[in-house]
Amino acid sequence: MRLSLLALLARGPAHGYELKQALEKLLGAAYPQPNIGQVYVTLGRLEKAGLIEGEDIAQSSRPNKRTYQLTDAGREAVAAWFDEPTEEPRVRDEFFMKLAVAPGTGMADQVDLINKQRRHYLNAMRDLSKLSAAEDRDNRVAQLLVEGAMLHLQADLDWLERCQEELEQLEELE
Amino acid sequence: MSRKAREAPAADDAGGISAAADLVVSAEGLVKTHRTESGTPVKAVQGVDLQIERGEFVAITGPSGAGKSTLLHLLGGLHKPDSGRIWLEGERVDTYSEARWAVLRRRHVGIVFQFFNLISHLTVADNVELPALLAGSSPRQARARRAELLADLGLEGKDNSTPGELSGGEQQRVALARALVNHSSLLLADEPAGSLDSKGTREVLRLLSRYHQRGQTIVLVTHDARVASAADRVISLFDGRIVDDAALGGGTRPGRSKGGVSGTLELKG
Repeated sequence: MRLSLLALLARGPAHGYELKQALEKLLGAAYPQPNIGQVYVTLGRLEKAGLIEGEDIAQSSRPNKRTYQLTDAGREAVAAWFDEPTEEPRVRDEFFMKLAVAPGTGMADQVDLINKQRRHYLNAMRDLSKLSAAEDRDNRVAQLLVEGAMLHLQADLDWLERCQEELEQLEELE
Repeated sequence: MSRKAREAPAADDAGGISAAADLVVSAEGLVKTHRTESGTPVKAVQGVDLQIERGEFVAITGPSGAGKSTLLHLLGGLHKPDSGRIWLEGERVDTYSEARWAVLRRRHVGIVFQFFNLISHLTVADNVELPALLAGSSPRQARARRAELLADLGLEGKDNSTPGELSGGEQQRVALARALVNHSSLLLADEPAGSLDSKGTREVLRLLSRYHQRGQTIVLVTHDARVASAADRVISLFDGRIVDDAALGGGTRPGRSKGGVSGTLELKG
């Protein structure tokens, strides 16, 4: 969340609640949203690190609100973030670990593991479809996010199929 | 546990028709072997037992070559099984001749294909009305039903277009209208979104879900998990055999107290 908050501040100064709202609006319901407490804590840390600086603005009938803006160091951090390609998702995969170590334990059958995992993914896919239908159609960013998650799931399901193919072939050889 | 599902009896002693469950389709021990061009036999479907209850939306999924389409074609009478039995609306149909199947399909089975299979030189209206007329509707009834369906499917004003003038998504909606014109109790769909872009795919899925909510029994074949996840029940086919049969969305299937999916899920706890 650190860098997404910094990047939002590159658009202009804002206070914590505005930043949380901006993230929500941008990403929609599918993305796990930080709570307001996490936003404030993160902003505190970023300020301590010298990446942003805050300014208290007096409000008449309410407590002061603290508005933040990027420092030069903060701007550099955002630039470096944009500059770097992002890590591809997981080479580590807990399901694969289960599949790999299952034989010989007498506790799990590989085909059962695959079937169980497929059901889980299909249900996750179903949830995403519902989310996508419920999400505001005009929020292209949120829609794309859901679509990306669905494509990842599709790849996971294709991969389960590959696992199953290999296992069946092994069984036939035995 | 998957083995349990595989071995669950497909039919009771009454010959595949259970009184408790309102079955649209029931199949037992289906086997179908294709021959390649060189004459080598390929077992496409290797002993499939299957029951589809009224109102179910079932997706059959699996890798290419798993026998999904062959299974669907067996259920629609487009292929004849080498062995095994099929009941449609309680009637034993695997013994039917091609001509008899054609008549049966008009009344009971609507089919949607990946490449739409519309008659290219007929208008949209004629494509939809033709099966109604063949099934014995009066021209007036056929027109009324066509108008109703085209409006329902968002195709108003396309009546006089030919298929070639429509987008893929629109053509598939015409195919859907054609499949539903005779109030078929069973809608079969073979990769219905297979040649559509993501917008067309969403549209077709939305419509299938809508007809399902109105009570339409649907069996669709797909390799696309996004499409499969629209269904309430997903059957995984592998190498011509059912390897898993799962209810999605935490729903339990009606009319089943033991065996089948819900039983398997309960056992899994």
